[in-house]
Amino acid sequence: MMGAILQLDGVTVRYGRGASAVTAVAGVDLELPPGQIVGLVGESGCGKSTLARAICGLQPLAGGRITLAGEPIPPLGHRRRPARLLRIQMVFQNPYASLNPRRRVGDQIEDGRRVATRPVGSVSDLLTEVEMDASAADRFPHEFSGGQRQRIAIARAMAAAPDILIGDEPIASLDASLQSRIASLMRDVALRNDASLLFISHDLAVVREIADTILVMHTGHIVERGPAERVWAAPQDPYTRRLLAAIPIADGLGRIPG
Amino acid sequence: MTGLVISDLRLRIGQADILNGVSLGILGGEITGLAGESGSGKTMTGLVLCGLQPAGAVVTGRVEFTDSDRSIPNLLALQPREFNRLRGRRIAMVAQDPVASLHPMLTIGTQLTDHVRHHLRLSKQQATARAVELLERVQVPTPETALRRYPHQFSGGQLQRIAIAIAIACEPAVLIADEPTTALDVTVQAGILRLLRELRDDLGLAIILISHDLGVMSAIADTIAVMRYGTVIEQGSRQQVIQQPQTEYARELIAALPQVPPPGITTDAGGQPHPDAQPHPDAQPHPGVQPHPGNHPHSTRTGA
Repeated sequence: MMGAILQLDGVTVRYGRGASAVTAVAGVDLELPPGQIVGLVGESGCGKSTLARAICGLQPLAGGRITLAGEPIPPLGHRRRPARLLRIQMVFQNPYASLNPRRRVGDQIEDGRRVATRPVGSVSDLLTEVEMDASAADRFPHEFSGGQRQRIAIARAMAAAPDILIGDEPIASLDASLQSRIASLMRDVALRNDASLLFISHDLAVVREIADTILVMHTGHIVERGPAERVWAAPQDPYTRRLLAAIPIADGLGRIPG
Repeated sequence: MTGLVISDLRLRIGQADILNGVSLGILGGEITGLAGESGSGKTMTGLVLCGLQPAGAVVTGRVEFTDSDRSIPNLLALQPREFNRLRGRRIAMVAQDPVASLHPMLTIGTQLTDHVRHHLRLSKQQATARAVELLERVQVPTPETALRRYPHQFSGGQLQRIAIAIAIACEPAVLIADEPTTALDVTVQAGILRLLRELRDDLGLAIILISHDLGVMSAIADTIAVMRYGTVIEQGSRQQVIQQPQTEYARELIAALPQVPPPGITTDAGGQPHPDAQPHPDAQPHPGVQPHPGNHPHSTRTGA
C-alpha cells in the first residue's frame, strides 16, 4: 500500500492574542510525498517544533490548512483521534521523557502495534529493525543508554505503521558520535516501510546526510528550500549561509567557526 | 605552574566503577579538552575536581592543585570546610544548561554578587561594581540594567555568558566547563567558544572543556584527552588527536561525525581539505551503543 501525502498550505500558528500575540509559524507551505525525506532546519525559537505539533493536531491553526491524503487534520481534543490520523507518528527529542519508565519496552511497542491500520511485524521484528536485540522487549527503558532508548522510540513509532514519521530533534540529546547513525537509521526504517519522514533538527550537517529536500526556517518563515545538496553547496539565503558557516569542523586546526 | 595534576583518580559508587584511574595534567593558560561519550566518566571527573562527587562515592587517587599563592598536595584529602573555601573561588564550574543552573527567582545581580561577597568579603557596593565589570567582560549588553533582571529575561546564549561571569567572579585558577555550548544554537556557540579562549589568554585560566563534540574541541582545545570506560585512553595536542588519532576508538569517534565540511570552509591555505583531516581508512563505523557507567567491559574492578 502506498503512503499518503501530507500537505501544508499557508499554515500560521499564533501564541497569545491581541497586541502581545507571537506568530510562531507564518504562512508555511510544505508537501511531504510518500517515500520522501524532508529535513526542516532552524534554530531555537524559529517555529519548527510548533510546526511539528500543528501537523499532529496538537496546536490549533490561526490560518491555512493541513491535510493528510486530502482530508484535514482536526485539532486533538478529549476524544479518541480518528484512526487515519494514527498514520502520523512522532519521535521526540528526549527518549528519557517520551518512553514510559514503568512499563516494559515490549509492552510499549505493542501499544503502537495495536493501533496499526495495516499489518506490521512482531515486537521482535521491530526491535531487530532498529538494530536492537529482541530480548530488549522484557526490559525497562532505564536499562538502556540514550541512543538505545531513541532506537526504542523509533520502533514504537514504526509499530503503528505510519505513513508519516516526524522526528522533532530526535538526535539533539545524543552524543555527536551517535547523531549521524540514529538519523540514518530513521531514514532507512522510514523508507523500508513506505513512510515519508519529516526530520526536524538544528544540525544542518546531519540533516544533509539523510534528507532529499531541505527547508530552512527562520522566525516562522521558510527562508530557503531545495534539494539537500544544492542547499548545502550553494545556499541562497544569507541566513542559511550563516548557519553553514557556524558549524564547527573537527579538523584539529583550532579555528572558531563563523 | 598554575594548574592541576590528576594521578590515578578512581571513583566507585556501590559496585560500579565509574572512574578507573584517570591521570591528567591541566595547565594554566591552556584549554584541556575531555572528550568522550555519555558514560565515559568525563563529567564525573569534573565533579570530583570541584569536590562535588555524589554522596557515598569512594574516591581514591591524588589531585594536586597549584596556583599563584599556594599549592595543595591533594584536593581529595581536604576537609569539606576547606574545600568550601576553594570551590567557586579557586576552582569554578560552568554547567551545560544555564536555564537550569541559574536560580529562576533571583536577579542576575544577586547571583553575581552573593559568592563574591562571601569569598572576597566585599561590601555590597564593591560587589555590584565588580558585577558590572564582569558583565562587560563577558559582553552582556547594558550591565547595570541586566543586574536587575531575572534569568527568564535573557536568551540562552546571554545566560551562558552570565553563568561564565559568575564562575570567573572570584578570579579562579581553574574553570571547569561541562558541555558549555551543548544546549545552545550553533550560531551562538561560536561566541561562547571565543569568550572561553579570551578568558584563557587574558586571565591565564586553566580551562577544562568537557564535550562530546569533537568539532567544538577542534575549535578551542589546546590538548585533548579522550575518555572511555572511566580512563583516559588517548591524549595529545589538538592536531595530534584529531588528525592522527592513535587508538581505534578515537578514530571511530572522528569517523562518526558528518564528513564533508560546509562549502567555503577550507581546512588549509590551498583550499583543499587537509589530507590528515580525513578519517583513518581502517576506521570502523561507530557501534552506536554507549557503554553504561559502571558496566565497562574492560573495567579493572567489575566482577572482582
